[in-house]
Amino acid sequence: MRVLELDNVVGGYGDTQILHGVSMHVDAGEIVVIIGPNGAGKSTAMKAVFGLLKLTGGAVLLDGKAITNTPPEQVVRQGVCYVPQTGNIFPSLSVEENLEMGAFVRTDDFRPRLNEIYEMFPPLHEKRLQAAGTLSGGQRQMVAMGKALMLEPKILLLDEPTAGLSPKFRGEIFETVKQINSAGTPILMVEQNAKQALGIASRGYVLVDGKNRFEGSGQDLLNDPEVAEMFLGGGKQPVPSGKA
Amino acid sequence: MNEFINFYLIPGLVLGSIYALGAIGITMTFGILRFANFAHGETMTLGVYFTWSLVQFTDIHPLLLLPVSMVLTVGCVLLIDRGFYKPLRNSPTIILVIASFGLMLMVRSVVQFFWGVQLKTVLPGIQMPIVWFDYLRLSPKHIYIIGGALVLMYAVHYLLTYTKIGKAMRAMSDSPELARLTGIDTEKVVRTTWIVGATLACAAGVFLAVDTQVDTMMGFNLLLPMFAAAILGGVGKPYGAMAGGLIIGIAEEISTYPWLGDLWQFNPGYKQAIAFFIMIIMLLWRPTGLFRGKSF
Repeated sequence: MRVLELDNVVGGYGDTQILHGVSMHVDAGEIVVIIGPNGAGKSTAMKAVFGLLKLTGGAVLLDGKAITNTPPEQVVRQGVCYVPQTGNIFPSLSVEENLEMGAFVRTDDFRPRLNEIYEMFPPLHEKRLQAAGTLSGGQRQMVAMGKALMLEPKILLLDEPTAGLSPKFRGEIFETVKQINSAGTPILMVEQNAKQALGIASRGYVLVDGKNRFEGSGQDLLNDPEVAEMFLGGGKQPVPSGKA
Repeated sequence: MNEFINFYLIPGLVLGSIYALGAIGITMTFGILRFANFAHGETMTLGVYFTWSLVQFTDIHPLLLLPVSMVLTVGCVLLIDRGFYKPLRNSPTIILVIASFGLMLMVRSVVQFFWGVQLKTVLPGIQMPIVWFDYLRLSPKHIYIIGGALVLMYAVHYLLTYTKIGKAMRAMSDSPELARLTGIDTEKVVRTTWIVGATLACAAGVFLAVDTQVDTMMGFNLLLPMFAAAILGGVGKPYGAMAGGLIIGIAEEISTYPWLGDLWQFNPGYKQAIAFFIMIIMLLWRPTGLFRGKSF
């Protein structure tokens, strides 16, 4: 079943056009990874889903229904949760308050969900009364994801969840992403650590200059010599991380 | 010592409570709406004049009328927000600051037009202080003011710590952008901020009116010490504003105590400068204020 679809999306900020026709989709149960060089429009494509930039062409479909250019506060209510790369927690609020804010649009009792999140991320339960800003980078990322999951979204969008984390934490985050997915939430993720990300991906898209370049299953892309040479460094380190 | 407590420390606490209540509104507006609200003093003035009129009509003690004048003040402030600030919501800060400055002048002129500029009182007659333990002299009105301020500050604490909308206010103060992405109803948060700010401003104004008299410049005269209190406590930090208000109020009053006996005494006319002296020292030493607020 198709959860999310971008159909030939065109748009950008102001006069600068960044996406020149991007198409991709996420099916139920999938982890889909977007990779590509800096400035390829990876994060921008994700923001397009969330109504954070003006689309001048194409369509975004959620469960087959158009949500093109719907503002973020409405997209959230329709079941899409987005975790930005930076500034994705409320630092002065406690961990528990952050999760509670994640449930802001819920009108029912969010307590059972809160306990599920704590089961998923035990360290958060331990630190639930601590200000989120005092946690380590990896744990902050857990708070950010936990906060997004409070809504039991139809799809979770993650913008470079491992950016700025040490390799040890990176592995942990990828494990967490797998875990969230196996609990039933489809995920669309932008990643700089392409090799690791494709390792856990059901499918991947390679964007170059705001257009689709390659697509395929995670394994196919990992084995594709051209992709390997361009983004996986062919034995060298992946492209240094930076804001796309 | 008795003299110090009765004539310096207690008036300092009273003034400090008033500053604190006003500064909470200023700091919240700054934290959540991201601008320094120059019209906050006029919100106080408005609350005071509503109370004065109600006293004329009903002859009830002004502090008992406070809930009614709070509702009226909140109503006006929400209308002002709808008419002036909402269309400017996404404008640069400086535009909002200037808009609030214009509103300050407009609201004051409206008050002067309808109520006149003569001095008035909300609580006529002289109140005899009650003497405790033979030496502690406390006026009932001072007890009401300090007590009322404590109740209101506790209410703010309760709102921010235990209610969903209060937590959302703190969240939005942390990051308005993330608040929006999270689906927090930011307009509701903004309205709540105005409601809390106006309620406290009305109380602060009426407390001052009960303690002194009513005039159309009273809000403006409080504006600068309230800004000083907000900055001292850390901009955007309501608890900082409470602490800052109390510190500045007490410091202003006790600065005129004849610490050096008959040798020299600080001229009470310069009392207000104390607030700015403390603020400047704070900005030099720790620009984010006592509670680590936003820096400039």
